[in-house]
Amino acid sequence: MTTSTLQKEEAAPVEEPVLRKPSTRKRLVPYWLLLPGIIWLLVFFALPLVYQASTSVQTGSLEAGFQVTWHFQTYWDAFQEYWPQFVRSLLYAGTATLLCLLLGYPLAYLIAFKAGRWRNLLLVLVIAPFFTSFLIRTLAWKTILADDSLVVDALNALHVLDVTSWIGWTEGDRVLATPMAVVCGLTYNFLPFMILPLYTSLERIDGRLHEAAQDLYASPATTFRKVTFPLSMPGVVSGTLLTFIPASGDYVNAELLGSTDTKMVGNVIQSQFLRVLDYPTAAALSFILMAIVLIMVTVYIRRAGTEDLV
Amino acid sequence: MTDKTAHTGKTTGGGDVRLTGISKSYGSFTAVHPLDLTVPQGSFFALLGASGCGKTTTLRMIAGLEDPSTGTVFLGDKDVTDLPPYKRPVNTVFQSYALFPHMDITENIAFGLRRRGIKSVKKQVDDMLELVQLGDKARHKPHQLSGGQQQRVAVARALINHPQVLLLDEPLGALDLKLRRQMQLELKRIQTEVGITFVHVTHDQEEAMTMADQVAVMNGGRVEQLGAPADLYENPQTTFVANFLGTSNLIEAEVLETGPTSADVLVTAGGGKLRVPGDRCTSAVRQGGKVLVGVRPEKISLAHADDAGSIADGRNRVTGRIADSSFIGVSTQYVVNSPAGAELQVYEQNIERDARLRPGAEVVLHWNPAHTFGLDAAQDIDAGVETVEDAG
Repeated sequence: MTTSTLQKEEAAPVEEPVLRKPSTRKRLVPYWLLLPGIIWLLVFFALPLVYQASTSVQTGSLEAGFQVTWHFQTYWDAFQEYWPQFVRSLLYAGTATLLCLLLGYPLAYLIAFKAGRWRNLLLVLVIAPFFTSFLIRTLAWKTILADDSLVVDALNALHVLDVTSWIGWTEGDRVLATPMAVVCGLTYNFLPFMILPLYTSLERIDGRLHEAAQDLYASPATTFRKVTFPLSMPGVVSGTLLTFIPASGDYVNAELLGSTDTKMVGNVIQSQFLRVLDYPTAAALSFILMAIVLIMVTVYIRRAGTEDLV
Repeated sequence: MTDKTAHTGKTTGGGDVRLTGISKSYGSFTAVHPLDLTVPQGSFFALLGASGCGKTTTLRMIAGLEDPSTGTVFLGDKDVTDLPPYKRPVNTVFQSYALFPHMDITENIAFGLRRRGIKSVKKQVDDMLELVQLGDKARHKPHQLSGGQQQRVAVARALINHPQVLLLDEPLGALDLKLRRQMQLELKRIQTEVGITFVHVTHDQEEAMTMADQVAVMNGGRVEQLGAPADLYENPQTTFVANFLGTSNLIEAEVLETGPTSADVLVTAGGGKLRVPGDRCTSAVRQGGKVLVGVRPEKISLAHADDAGSIADGRNRVTGRIADSSFIGVSTQYVVNSPAGAELQVYEQNIERDARLRPGAEVVLHWNPAHTFGLDAAQDIDAGVETVEDAG
């Protein structure tokens, strides 16, 4: 392969000795196309990031003003004080991601392989919640999970709450203002971000591969384990990233559905910025969260991506 | 190979593939009409037909990938109709190969063995890679291989399981002509070497004839004719087979005289008289009845009208005028218009070329009456004629 391509490339100038150079204008086209995106990133991502970084090493007060003093101690202090919120964020986001995967995979599978002419309708239904505001939908969960609501009564009657209370996810016969409520909200809100990439990668799998696997003595379960699931890994990876990353920084679900005991790091950052007005701590917390997520994601992609996915 | 086949015992105990009354309908559309077919063990069997004739559906019913609407599939004495594909001792080489893109060549080939719980696959995989001459590609991914190499991996992946029957669904369709010819020989060699029953689906009549011991010609969900390639070619039973397998000149004629069973039948077409051996007529002929008289283009000799006197007696003759001629190296192909029929095809070997045989020349076509066959005139005379669309 490689040698023949090389030969062709070498041979080309001989056949066509006068190769016209593309004009300067043509060569610049890609850069012009990149420009809007670069400006956007610069103004709305890079500059704020630098600004935040500088804030995080400042000291002072709102009245006296903040000065850059390279006070890295803020990072350590912030982490020491708020590490339970970090752990909680990662735990909630991880659980929600797992639940999204468990709920979303069968649905994406159904839409990709079994839905037939209902496929487009189902896809529209998956993204239908986006037509309503994120806040309103989360508030609606307050009603769904309210004490003595249909759902909570049913869970109570089925003794599900006994189990969840035992592991500390709910308290007595309450669901609202417990970790479970926050995880439910996160799962609900980020589910479409899991389903869509999963669907895209499942839909791309050639149906004949399933036939080939079955022809080669693989039962439907083995076919899934050895062929379908490995081939859907790109969707699993991007779906979990699209769910986990925003979920770990989320504060709306914990704010609306949780209590003071379910505060996530997002809530802390929000209150440091808007209520306590301790900007350096808020900025430092943001950077710590970013670093943790970056490290986790890198490790995850390294491990999931070793199989040279197609 | 032989010792391995012996100790797995997969191919020895086998038996024929028998389809009895098998059919497949999708709603109101019948893809395959009830058909009975027996594929003898160890044979290279081809299902030949144009696209949409039901040949692939038939193959998929043997594989278990399609449930027959009626009928039974037997492998040897065992009724496998209700067995799912993964429980049938049958493997398929798919049209698009369907190699697993996330596995390397070794894992692709070992897939079937591993599913049956065989742990030490290395020796068998190496043997298979050698059989298909891909030993150096063991650790490549399918997309790194050329079409022909992928095709051989697909064959190896199926063959390693020593199936009772190997099903090939247009496996050479995606290859270019030269590679296709090469792979035909390769597949034939492998089949002879391993002795497994091959059922090969193809729309390429040349491919079917080169490779198969037995060919079933399918048309519109039915088997038109079944037989050895030479038999099908020499004795087509229907106009579809006559036209689909090679080229035939079919002339509409009226029966003048019938003799005793095996004697010649005398017919008239466009004013001339032709003889057809009575035992080569597929339908009962009676005086005054219609019959389609057929003769293959290469059986016909061409003489210039001036030399008509030198043609031996007893040969069938048709006069005409050359409409077109094309020189293709080993032979020259003429198209002749005659009162008996328009656009008759004649292939003349280029031994001694007669310069007078040019478009516009008056000629006499003559051939040995024994090479003539008679078909039922109630059929479509153009059935199975390859159109431009099919040729692709």
